[in-house]
Amino acid sequence: MTAAGTSTPVTANATASAITATGLRKSYGDKLVLDGIDLDIAEGTVFALLGPNGAGKTTTVEILSTLIAADAGEARVAGHDLTRAADAVRSSIGVTGQFSAVDALLTAEENLLLMADLHHLDRREGKRRAAELLRRFELSEVAGKTTATFSGGMRRKLDLAMTLIGDPRVIFLDEPTTGLDPRSRRTMWDIIRGLVADDGVTIFLTTQYLDEADQLADRIAVLDHGRLIAEGTADELKQRIPGGHIRVRFADTRNLDAAANIFGIAARDEESLTLRIPSDGSLPNLRAVLDTLETTDVRAESLTVHTPDLDDVFLTLTGQPRPAGTADTTDTADTAASSKENI
Amino acid sequence: MATMSFAARDSRTMLRRNLKKALRYPSLTLTVVIMPLMMLLLFNYAFGTALGTGISQLPTGSGEYIDYLAPGIILMAATSGALTTAISVCVDKTEGIVNRFRTMPISQASFLTGHVVGSVIQTMTSIALVIGVALLMGFRPNATPVEWLAAVGLLALLTFALTWVCAGIGLVAKTVESASNIPMPLTFLPFLGSAIVPTDSMPTGLRWFAEYQPFTPIIETLRGLWLGTEIGSSAVIALAWCVGLALVGYVWARRTFKAGAKG
Repeated sequence: MTAAGTSTPVTANATASAITATGLRKSYGDKLVLDGIDLDIAEGTVFALLGPNGAGKTTTVEILSTLIAADAGEARVAGHDLTRAADAVRSSIGVTGQFSAVDALLTAEENLLLMADLHHLDRREGKRRAAELLRRFELSEVAGKTTATFSGGMRRKLDLAMTLIGDPRVIFLDEPTTGLDPRSRRTMWDIIRGLVADDGVTIFLTTQYLDEADQLADRIAVLDHGRLIAEGTADELKQRIPGGHIRVRFADTRNLDAAANIFGIAARDEESLTLRIPSDGSLPNLRAVLDTLETTDVRAESLTVHTPDLDDVFLTLTGQPRPAGTADTTDTADTAASSKENI
Repeated sequence: MATMSFAARDSRTMLRRNLKKALRYPSLTLTVVIMPLMMLLLFNYAFGTALGTGISQLPTGSGEYIDYLAPGIILMAATSGALTTAISVCVDKTEGIVNRFRTMPISQASFLTGHVVGSVIQTMTSIALVIGVALLMGFRPNATPVEWLAAVGLLALLTFALTWVCAGIGLVAKTVESASNIPMPLTFLPFLGSAIVPTDSMPTGLRWFAEYQPFTPIIETLRGLWLGTEIGSSAVIALAWCVGLALVGYVWARRTFKAGAKG
């Protein structure tokens, strides 16, 4: 990426904070889940908490949305103290969790009307808002169907619509696209962008995917083992990540030596007979490498393109790979943050 | 205060949600009624003659076994009704909608209140159904209207108590399966009481258990109210059990909910 030098948004200091937290800690038994989290999220922005499974993302959301109490630390959400004014916080927030919290035995419209009733809207206003949200999320046609028949993407949309009935100022989205297919994921991204642009809400988002944070968030914080190990804009963060690279494998040391001489800056690995050539993964860059190999008559066996992914972030920031068993659960190349193409 | 009226309003909303689902999917309610109905048919027609003659001088009215049997089976409708509360509370918990409610500015008590009140209404409906079938099968109570009222009142109180206990079970159960299994013993307890045969006929150890477990005094009180048998101290003990269970269940369920019933 060449856009590395972008400055931080100037609005960050000008607006009030939607969420502030200092020293949030939480442990379950002797397992420390959050080890002192500090946050300051400006109103009307999207904040992404990025981290692998088990990093403490959901616990952070649960604390900030009044579901569980922190062991230590203080936080204010929408101007209200989390412990002293929990009900005031609840009036200002909306939460869409990792698992869709819709009533599977009620219809989409009934789910929305249930929320309207619980927000003490009068019947006409409730009906109007429900219809409006169904239209906005393109669920009008299935308004009368029970949600048990819905696809994952539809359930997630309804879930978010239910969250919006109360007109929240701060919305927590806990892994809003985990488990969704690429198309639904993109729809969800559009919806989230719309919420900020049209309604001016603040969004606190958790995700496992660097590209999702990159796409949506004004600021990103990286959470690992209950600690924030980095925070900044997407560009700031990317500067700290080693760029992508092209990995070229050769048949023998002779070819490897020859190539290493040509691509001076490349890192070589004798054992696997590969050369890591820094690259932004763009087509012109790739073509240049291939052309060079072609014209200098160096014979390469195979070539793979690597773009920076969450693994690189963790490798760089913690000096360790992501904990085993926490790999991305998605299997489609499109949804995973990493993209590798064999040629 | 506004919070009080909101608590009532939120509870009504929750109740409406539960009743709507009960009406739309009557299968769960039906399974609740079918169990006691099967028992009634089985014990009266298949085993009734043998059991009836086996019990020396039936203490109840007409001398027909159905008169002895019906009160205990009607009580079973209460136990199996309560069981469904554990399931429906646990379904809500595992589906995540409970967590949604908890992050909303609503009366936090309304979720359980809605479930319990809805469940009591459902169970009382199935109790009425079982009573109806028993009457068709020849159950002939000689109760006055006041005694009927007392019997129904006792059943309602028992249902209320068991429902709170089961709501608590639904909150602590990790899965819906365990939520439906944990309260199972409740449905069998009446068999180990005076529901089918008098406790006199049981071996000493079992008889001791049967006489001191909660359902025997309740069944004896119902029998007395409907058929005029001796109630004695049973009524007081039955009431004490119901009130005690209701209190324990209520406090436990509310506490569990407050503590954050996470799956």
